[in-house]
Amino acid sequence: MASFDPTSALLGGLLIGIASALLMLLNGRVAGISGILGGALARSADDKAWRLAFLAGLIVAPILIRVVGQAVPEPQMTANWLVVVAAGLLVGFGARLGGGCTSGHGVCGIARLSARSIAATAIFIASAILAVAITRHVLGA
Amino acid sequence: MVALASFLCGLIFGIGLLISGMTQPAKVLGFLDVFGQWDPTLAFVMAGAVAASSAGYALARRSPRPIIATQHLWPKPTDIDRPLVVGSVLFGIGWGLVGLCPGPAVVNLTTLSLRLIVFVIAMVAGMIAQDLWWSRAPSAKAIEDAALANSDG
Repeated sequence: MASFDPTSALLGGLLIGIASALLMLLNGRVAGISGILGGALARSADDKAWRLAFLAGLIVAPILIRVVGQAVPEPQMTANWLVVVAAGLLVGFGARLGGGCTSGHGVCGIARLSARSIAATAIFIASAILAVAITRHVLGA
Repeated sequence: MVALASFLCGLIFGIGLLISGMTQPAKVLGFLDVFGQWDPTLAFVMAGAVAASSAGYALARRSPRPIIATQHLWPKPTDIDRPLVVGSVLFGIGWGLVGLCPGPAVVNLTTLSLRLIVFVIAMVAGMIAQDLWWSRAPSAKAIEDAALANSDG
């Protein structure tokens, strides 16, 4: 387990929340990444420019971090290829079907006190906990 | 101006994900592994993010319109319906299998990790598949059009 640092966790969380707040205050939009990405991919979406710009900001963020001299660790993914593909499909399909992911429901929706988003967040955290329990403790992967 | 503001929001959002450790699947899986060595990081990240966005949303609700755009597009759906439940279950399983959700997956693209890139391609395929499948049901078309503009996220 990587060491737990509550300060960087809170600070990073505040930045995520500030970005979500600014997107609503400036552009009137909810900062849900699956909605932004899914809308950019959908055939019938409203203007795509702001979506692509937001995604570009996400992609540039680690480059900026490296420029100021901080390391960006490579994501450690130990699952086999089949699991990686299945997980990607489930995350993409499920987030769009459910109307949001950790950002749209988990941050923005809870901040709006939306019962729908609170339910979605409880459900996906519970099913993710179950998935981890089965892969790590039952199957012992 | 709208695009520039979006870019800056995406940039701050991405820096937040990186600083918080949420771009590392091991940290996310550590939080989800409640029967193992539990890592509380994600709870702290969510607390900070919800606090800051709540404050910003309270301000936004009091202003007649956003600073740049013409209107606040608050999500409209309120029902806890079957797509929400089924979608969230599927999303949660995928998230738990590798510890990646859409934001961190996109932020990690420049690491050029092959597994990550394969994950993102599969995720995009899943989103496109949902879009195609959903729009085939004629009764869902109107819902879809409304949802695209006003989805939860």
